[in-house]
Amino acid sequence: MSEVKKIATRASYGNALVELGKKHDDLVVLDADLAAATQTGIFKKAFPERHIDCGIAECNMMGIAAGIATTGKVPFASTFAMFAAGRAFEQVRNSVGYPKLNVKIGATHGGISVGEDGATHQCCEDFALMRTIPGMVVACPSDDIEAKAMVEAAYEHVGPVYMRFGRLAVPVINDNPDYKFELGKGIVLREGKDLTIIANGLCVAPSLEAAAKLAEEGIEAKVINIHTIKPLDEELVVAAAKETGKVVTVEEHSIIGGLGGAVCECLAEQAPVPVKRIGINDVYGESGPAVALLEKYGLDAAGIYKQIKAFI
Amino acid sequence: MENLELQKTANEVRKGIVTALHAAKAGHPGGSLSAADVFTYLYFEEMNIDPKDPKKADRDRFVLSKGHTAPGLYSVLAQRGYFPKEDLVTLRHLGSYLQGHPDMKHIPGVDMSSGSLGQGISAAVGMALSAKLSNDSYRVYTLLGDGEIQEGQVWEAAMFAGARKLDNLVVIVDNNGLQIDGKVEDVCSPYPIDKKFEAFNFHVINVTDGNDMAQLRAAFDEAKATKGMPTAIVMKTVKGKGVSFMENQVGWHGKAPNDEEYAQAMADLEKVGEALCQK
Repeated sequence: MSEVKKIATRASYGNALVELGKKHDDLVVLDADLAAATQTGIFKKAFPERHIDCGIAECNMMGIAAGIATTGKVPFASTFAMFAAGRAFEQVRNSVGYPKLNVKIGATHGGISVGEDGATHQCCEDFALMRTIPGMVVACPSDDIEAKAMVEAAYEHVGPVYMRFGRLAVPVINDNPDYKFELGKGIVLREGKDLTIIANGLCVAPSLEAAAKLAEEGIEAKVINIHTIKPLDEELVVAAAKETGKVVTVEEHSIIGGLGGAVCECLAEQAPVPVKRIGINDVYGESGPAVALLEKYGLDAAGIYKQIKAFI
Repeated sequence: MENLELQKTANEVRKGIVTALHAAKAGHPGGSLSAADVFTYLYFEEMNIDPKDPKKADRDRFVLSKGHTAPGLYSVLAQRGYFPKEDLVTLRHLGSYLQGHPDMKHIPGVDMSSGSLGQGISAAVGMALSAKLSNDSYRVYTLLGDGEIQEGQVWEAAMFAGARKLDNLVVIVDNNGLQIDGKVEDVCSPYPIDKKFEAFNFHVINVTDGNDMAQLRAAFDEAKATKGMPTAIVMKTVKGKGVSFMENQVGWHGKAPNDEEYAQAMADLEKVGEALCQK
């Protein structure tokens, strides 16, 4: 098998901003002293006059983004997920969400795959926090191709959007001519009748691997990539639950309030079936290499497979 | 507009504040009344605005960072013709567009939703920065409370504005000396306010009487002439100004007048109005 191309979605974010910046003069990028890490530095190189470094002051950055948005420009505010969704939650809620301003939040370094920096920087709560803000779109891409499409769709969407990108290089899995991205529309990656695996972000690729392993044992799993957690593609989720009778969610996020939470809320009301939430089990992360952490916390293909087997 | 006319208008704005709060049965008279003069100066003299075209692209912007004094802003907007004065009595009522704190989505003339203290100044800074980015000439004004500047975000915004030399930004601090829990210096002293803004590379103008139109005019003229740095106008005011029993009373920070108190407040303001007409 040829070597799989791997790209971190934070790099996709930086590259997509440059492409969009070429097309749209009204696009402005904000950062909070993390341009090298969030990769908005790529944009800064191309459009220095449209890259605003706010310094280490994320709450102020969100407010500045809101103010810029009132004047008709489209700001992309960038920092780590921990500080975008965590530290600046109330600014995002009151200065961006409540007035429904056209601010795009590019949150990088989501989840435990941040790696060595450890628990303080490993945000596993951002989907939950952002999802509670009325009108906020919450999304997390599975690879480079999806990340770029997502950034473009976020620009086109009128209203606030929260996007989570990762630090770790992840395999490109959407490299096919039929691939089509639409905010709020899930993508069926594999058909199956025995159970449904719903994943997002870097958990999509290992979920596909786990499904392949299950297939070797005669268990056919349908695999859905839900890149947009909010608005959730309820139609697709409900149909899959009715069709397969069992659902597993997989995400690099707390099992509380994220993709698993969103799917459970939807299914409890519309199609109650047994659900297993795979994710971070209400604990903090820790320091270590990203790949080793994903393995330890059961988010690699083997861990996902094992947890699904225990569930069914 | 002449200073005397502005004073008369401010008195009408005060009547609107008291009337709205009486009808709302809740809200913040003290800081609305202390800022009634600066609201009036901004909307009737200083800012380039058009009530018939509230979203005009090149308009000057105002962000009420101390959003709880919305009755003051609403009253001046109504007085200026953004919406009917009769609507002021719907303040805080269920279904009214006049929300307890400014809501830009529904209120003509409100440039930014605000109310959570410390956040408005950041939005104002963003607007000022945006003007610089596209070489627009509009100016941005924001009004903060002296208690509000206890919020750390205020200083994040001030540092940024100073560093970026946003000379199209005017930050006004309403130094009425009182916050919910008592005197600002007793709760958590923000003093010296002027030196703090100076340290953040602002041009600072101390106004000894922020309820005096002549002093406000001098301050805003000086701000406009200031290039290369943002301006902070730190103005000493009287909380509850114009209503005898509310002046300098911490208890009137966030309480609405009852029927009796409303009648007395309006009588006070009528008297002020009559005196102004004698001038």
